[in-house]
Amino acid sequence: MSSVTTLKYTLQLADNVLIMGQRLAALCGKGPILEQDIALTNISLDQIGQARSLYQYAATIVNNMSVADKAQLFNAPLLQEKINSKLSITEDDLAYLRDAWDYRNCLLVEQENGDWAYTVARSFFFDRFQYLLYTAMLKSTDSTLAAIAEKSLKEVQYHIKWASEWVIRLGDGTDISKEKMQQALQARWEYTGEMFTMNELEKEAYNIGIGVDVSQLQQTYQQQIETIVQEAGLQMPTAAWMQTGGKNGVHTEHLGYILAEMQYLQRAYPNMEW
Amino acid sequence: MSNEHKEWPLWEVFIRSKAGLDHKHAGSLHAADAQMAIENARDVYTRRMEGISIWVVESKHIHASNPEEADAFFDPAQDKIYRHPTFYNLPDELKHM
Repeated sequence: MSSVTTLKYTLQLADNVLIMGQRLAALCGKGPILEQDIALTNISLDQIGQARSLYQYAATIVNNMSVADKAQLFNAPLLQEKINSKLSITEDDLAYLRDAWDYRNCLLVEQENGDWAYTVARSFFFDRFQYLLYTAMLKSTDSTLAAIAEKSLKEVQYHIKWASEWVIRLGDGTDISKEKMQQALQARWEYTGEMFTMNELEKEAYNIGIGVDVSQLQQTYQQQIETIVQEAGLQMPTAAWMQTGGKNGVHTEHLGYILAEMQYLQRAYPNMEW
Repeated sequence: MSNEHKEWPLWEVFIRSKAGLDHKHAGSLHAADAQMAIENARDVYTRRMEGISIWVVESKHIHASNPEEADAFFDPAQDKIYRHPTFYNLPDELKHM
């Protein structure tokens, strides 16, 4: 059943970038200044674009499965009903018709935008992870995942630059900006451990050669984060306890609200186009 | 004064659209420093593949001619057609001039 593993693994990758992109998209028109508003929107669109590639691939996998194999893929009744009635599904079905417990994004990306320092801290932690993940995924035996990783890497390089420079700028700025940046790093750090904790799905994906062993990325990640944090004149955040759950479908209260807003139209007016 | 300090300085953006062409003025934007100005320019002016190279100059460093002096500055050139190199007889062998 390696196709189910590939499907679920692809969805987990897609959910991360979709929810991250959706969070940043909420800042469209609300950025602190026009130029940074556009920068955020660009990053958001990059991420939603990556999510689209991944969901398209996932939809293809579902559509190519035998009827028996796809009879019980999702908990979300709307999506499963559509699959069971032998209709082809699309990227949109996967984004709009799955419920929160089907989403496998890490907890970090669903955290609130907060103030500018919080927005920067979340991106800083996530983008750096994405860079290491996609770099390792270039070696995936699944050629589609490897290709998506290659295409996404260029985008992520810029995202890293953007977030890192803001950490340095705020850390190296005024007393207030330094304090706020430090606070945000500290508050978001407890959500970073989950990204490197292998769940069952990731272990299986790694064993069949398509997935990345994220636990191996952690040391490099910490070093790279620390380099920037030091350059910013800030203290490396600490956490006695790392939050986990999102990758197994157990989310913070925030995801439900994100999905409610994102999915409302397709739920209220199925197949609506504009 | 305090308000002026809150605004990020203004920068002029010049974009080279492809190799071999000149950088052309694309517009202006606000940024805290040169690096941010280049990145903002990337995000604001090259989203649709408009460029391969960006220059930014803080607007205060640009010195412009005075529009009020435009008559004295530019009009006298109008009737000096002899400044155009169109009165020379070119040899037939010379092409593409």
